[in-house]
Amino acid sequence: MTDAAPAAKPVPLLVRIRESDMWHGFRSSPTTIVAALVTLVLTLGAVLAPWIAPTNPFDPAQVFLMNANIPPAWVQGGDPAFIFGTDDQGRDLYSAILYGMRVSLMIGVGGVLLAAAIGITLGLVAGYVGGRTDAIIMRIADVQLTFPAILIALLVDGVVHALLKGVPREQTVFGVLILSIGLAFWVQYARTIRGSTLVEKNKDYVQAARLVGLSTPVIMVRHILPNVIGPVLVILTINIGLAIITEATLSFLGVGLPPTQPSLGTLISIGNKYLFSGDWWIVAFPGFTLAAFVLAVNLLGDWLRDALNPRLR
Amino acid sequence: MKIRSMLLAAAAAAVLATTPLSAKTLRYANQGDLKSLDPYTLNETTTNAHLGNVYEGLTRRGKDLAIMPGLAERWETPEPTRWRFHLRKGVKFAGGEDFTADDVIFSADRVRAQGSNFQTRVPKDAKFVKVDDHTVDVILSSPNPILHSQWDTWYIMSKKWAEANNAAAPTPASATTPSHASLNANGTGPFRIESHQPGVKTVFKPNAGWWGKPEHNLTEVIFTPIASDATRVAALLSGEVDIIEPVPIQDIQRVNSGGNVQVLTGPELRTIFLGFDQVRDELLESNVKGKNPFKDQRVREAFYKAIDIETIKTRVMRGLSTPSALMIAPELFAFSKDFTRPKFDPDGAKKLLADAGYPNGFEVGMDCPNDRYVNDGPICQAVVGMLARVGIKVNLNAQPKAQYFAKVLKAGGYKTSFYLLGWTPGTFDSHNVLNDILGCRDNPNSSRGESNLGGYCNKKLDELTDKVLGETDTAKRNAMIKEAFQIAYDEYGYIPLHQQALAWGTSKSIKVAQRADNSILLHWITKD
Repeated sequence: MTDAAPAAKPVPLLVRIRESDMWHGFRSSPTTIVAALVTLVLTLGAVLAPWIAPTNPFDPAQVFLMNANIPPAWVQGGDPAFIFGTDDQGRDLYSAILYGMRVSLMIGVGGVLLAAAIGITLGLVAGYVGGRTDAIIMRIADVQLTFPAILIALLVDGVVHALLKGVPREQTVFGVLILSIGLAFWVQYARTIRGSTLVEKNKDYVQAARLVGLSTPVIMVRHILPNVIGPVLVILTINIGLAIITEATLSFLGVGLPPTQPSLGTLISIGNKYLFSGDWWIVAFPGFTLAAFVLAVNLLGDWLRDALNPRLR
Repeated sequence: MKIRSMLLAAAAAAVLATTPLSAKTLRYANQGDLKSLDPYTLNETTTNAHLGNVYEGLTRRGKDLAIMPGLAERWETPEPTRWRFHLRKGVKFAGGEDFTADDVIFSADRVRAQGSNFQTRVPKDAKFVKVDDHTVDVILSSPNPILHSQWDTWYIMSKKWAEANNAAAPTPASATTPSHASLNANGTGPFRIESHQPGVKTVFKPNAGWWGKPEHNLTEVIFTPIASDATRVAALLSGEVDIIEPVPIQDIQRVNSGGNVQVLTGPELRTIFLGFDQVRDELLESNVKGKNPFKDQRVREAFYKAIDIETIKTRVMRGLSTPSALMIAPELFAFSKDFTRPKFDPDGAKKLLADAGYPNGFEVGMDCPNDRYVNDGPICQAVVGMLARVGIKVNLNAQPKAQYFAKVLKAGGYKTSFYLLGWTPGTFDSHNVLNDILGCRDNPNSSRGESNLGGYCNKKLDELTDKVLGETDTAKRNAMIKEAFQIAYDEYGYIPLHQQALAWGTSKSIKVAQRADNSILLHWITKD
């Protein structure tokens, strides 16, 4: 009996990826490939900003007002030292975009992760415990759904800054923005997870786990969570784009990052002042970067959704 | 039935469309908002101008800023310390109350009460005596020949109305709940407030019962704040508003080439400056503990020399500013030319800081409005950059003027370490600057230094200020003013930056008198 059925050889990871449906779907869609490339390049640029940016726009000592409002290098009056020109304080826009992208990305990812953590926890509890707990959590979610996310974020930002009176804005703004975005976006996760949990909790393996005597938290985290997490990945990806836009909107409205540490939204807000005077580059390049990144992330999210949807296979 | 109602609607619309032939609605947008209507909350030119359409002082100023009779028909000084004001008869407040001497006395108490931002307007120890219903005597403890020119923006309120509405006390700028007087107005002026949503929209209507002869032809004025430069310009270009203040300097050319809109420019009397907290033993917002670096003159001098005012002029102000060595505009003081700014010298600044014991600089918080003065936010940012190069790390807190003033003014406890402010002397005279901005703040019973947010103090300067007030000989007076300014200049008490330029954007169908103090007054506006 020992040599009857040779144990299945473990397939190397790379081969598994290469032969998977997802990889196939990825390769056969040029849009997705471009989106992935754009995301990769911009993310790398953001992560490596301190090493590849010519100047550090967050360091006021490296910014010279004499260089203010210089057009991009290829336009008349441009300076080759500033490829995309400079803003009203003389910051190199190329560096500012790289650093701004970094800030936007950190806040976007941080906010989405926080939202997912809150949403998944509450969704699991609501779905598994049910009853009154479920009703309370889901009604809160319903109420919150009637507000636009940006309004919630503005509200949270306002309340937290009012509570933290006296603390310099520069020190708190990062955490406040992540919190605002986290609290604004958790509902989607909670609803998705709750729905799947309701289906899963009556399945045999959950019953079995219960019979063995496992505690409720262990069943929720070890047994149900891995089976309901799939759709969350899709929401996560798409929400990163949304979160970055939300951050940019907050900064554009002046409640986000201060002009001394600009994110993409702050840069667009600064540039907006100069739209009528012909200094188009201050708003154009950060705007284009933001649009490109959000579009690329959304396209990736679409691909992920299609790839994970069994009905489309 | 349906057709009939449609016909009715069409007829109604036609009536509505034809009646406004005579209706002239002016739409006015400013970069800053109008929060409180209480005329003693915030002593700030824009707010004073808004409220000056509704309220009036005993005196007022003409288009050339000359003092004219207001609610007082005439006045005389029988002796140097006694002023007699003869009040205008038959004047009524918009709410119907008669204007009498009681209202003047009530307003004098209210303007000096705690929470008022106009305490320097009326001397604390001045006695108001009612001679009859339309005559008031003001008895001073020391002569003040310019009393009447301090009173054009001390607006008179109705005693009856204020007391009936529980608004006998002034509303402080830091108030969190609005009083009746901050949401409603009841003045004697050419306009009345039809509706007021703080910070959103204010509608003015002409006051039919005004005693004067209207020089405007408006039937309604809608004021809205538009903080965003681009949006404000777009609103003017599209005809959505008729007048904006200010036109962002980067857009002046664009507006002037716009066809039916234009920019009215001129020099402004306002001086923009930086100030330091020199009172506290430890700064509120700094990493230096146990001492206050700004008490050291070398630190103040270093800050002064680290600032490259010419670059701010060419880059941030696009040439539309006049760098200033004094805390007053050259138009207002004859000897201004005798003062020059110390040279921009970052190396010297570093050395001064090292001498003062800060070879590696220090950290300090800075308060700055971002919707009050021309390019105030960018100026502060530029200052942050310039100070960074001499080793000072500035944590900039730039916020809208409502929050900014609530924090830094007297009502908010002067909670600032380093700040940017602009000042136009309300009397257009040096004494106001010496008293309100450069005067010591140490006597709690005196209103001296009310707007001296950092508390710069020199007793010799205060003595000169008092002498200046009583002096009538112009040459002597100017010599004393010069001496006083010299003291503050030598001690680097403040860092004057520049005088900004006026820039109002108007539709060409509007005629408006541009006053050099940047006040947009509605009763000098006509619309075709």
